[in-house]
Amino acid sequence: MTAPGATAVATAQFDPGATWRLHPQVALRPEPFGALLYHFGTRKLSFLKNTVIVEVVRCLGEHDSVRDALRAHGIDENAERPYLHALRTLADSHMIVPA
Amino acid sequence: MTSLLEPPVTSAPPKVGRLVDQFEKGLDAPICLTWELTYACNLSCVHCLSSSGKRDPRELSTEQCKAIIDELQRMQVFYVNIGGGEPTVRSDFWELVDYATEHQVGVKFSTNGVRIDKKVAARLAASDYVDVQISLDGATAEVNDAVRGPGSFAMAVRALENLSEAGFRDAKISVVVTRENVDQLDEFKALADKYGATLRITRLRPSGRAVDVWDELHPTHEQQRQLYDWLVAHGEGVLTGDSFFHLSAFGGQSGAGALPGLNLCGAGRVVCLIDPVGDVYACPFAIHDNFHAGNILTDGGFASVWKNSELFRQLREPQSAGACSSCNFFDACRGGCMAAKFFTGLPMDGPDPECVQGYGQSALAGERTVPQSSVDHSRTGKRAERRTPAAPVPLTLLTKPPAKFCDENPLAGL
Repeated sequence: MTAPGATAVATAQFDPGATWRLHPQVALRPEPFGALLYHFGTRKLSFLKNTVIVEVVRCLGEHDSVRDALRAHGIDENAERPYLHALRTLADSHMIVPA
Repeated sequence: MTSLLEPPVTSAPPKVGRLVDQFEKGLDAPICLTWELTYACNLSCVHCLSSSGKRDPRELSTEQCKAIIDELQRMQVFYVNIGGGEPTVRSDFWELVDYATEHQVGVKFSTNGVRIDKKVAARLAASDYVDVQISLDGATAEVNDAVRGPGSFAMAVRALENLSEAGFRDAKISVVVTRENVDQLDEFKALADKYGATLRITRLRPSGRAVDVWDELHPTHEQQRQLYDWLVAHGEGVLTGDSFFHLSAFGGQSGAGALPGLNLCGAGRVVCLIDPVGDVYACPFAIHDNFHAGNILTDGGFASVWKNSELFRQLREPQSAGACSSCNFFDACRGGCMAAKFFTGLPMDGPDPECVQGYGQSALAGERTVPQSSVDHSRTGKRAERRTPAAPVPLTLLTKPPAKFCDENPLAGL
């Protein structure tokens, strides 16, 4: 079995100044606590533990940068740290990729 | 994907609490769904969790299976674990696998390897969305075949060889840890490495036919410790299906030594089982009337059973942990496995039979009645005979169900 997107591509450096989007092989399932993310290529499951980050992740690709996406959801510089941490984790596991 | 919701005005994310607490309340759809496609099996493993052997004449048709896949796609159940019985003996097996993966439902299937010849291995190697799990319960033929039947080790190894030769990467070798094979964990790991596979080890539950052999086969208290230590030392890269959470109490009260994973019983909350006739049970190890949530054909489909079943509603309520709730280690093991308690005749609000604090041993020593299996498709119903696995039975691919319920021979009527 091959795992496209996981083994073939090295992890891109997470740059919050750039545009990112969900990996095309990732599905997002809303849940009361947030959402589940499933990567069909790597078969990895991730959890988004609040509804704000779910909305940020969903619309990442529509913004010029990750920071723009955060601002559009009311997350200012003082509050962005945990969000950037969560998004970096998602980038490391190829759940989100550079757009 | 476009957001349909207005962004929240506040920057403070609403606190949702620990994920484990969320999961105990149940999810909108299962994360991990096991689907047993047939009760027919060429083997007669002594510890078969579904007491498989003979096909059930009521087994779901191809069209009924496809309708379930459509529903799973709508519910965003990302993947299913297909098992049996031996699922590959269904004549429509590959058709269903293809249908599922074409509908965004990934497939991992468990097999004893009977149908994994070179041609099938090549076909599997060409797919990105199908994962294969070969069952093996001994790292040597001697240990394996005593549980799974004569010739079953050679059959599984041949399947692994075929997959490896075809270039299929990262198959799973699935091992149920027993008293007899717990000393072979390193050998299993070496075997997995040899075939470019990943080792997956899971807990022996006293479910199905294992109700009769659990007393002799389940790891001793000392072996449980040995297993925990092995997992801590070598667990990286070894899958466990989250099944050893009862061992987490070995790691101390703080939970710091807990094994990776959710460490909770997901029955009816994040996992469940669909059986070959469309019955839904709380978990794969709970095929018994007491854990029957409903039937897909008669109760309005899978989503309806998942959402509305009275049993599942109860399981998603806070559970009484009885004496366990006052144990200092309760947060580590959360009372253990429901099925393990039930099929050893222990109360549901008491300790797990393999409680690492020893409360299970004293409970097992007391008066108890082991429940009889209410669903049994064994080829022989005689309990004494079920303790010795028979040689593999040649099964022909069936295109129609056996004529009668009581047909002993899966080929009758053809």
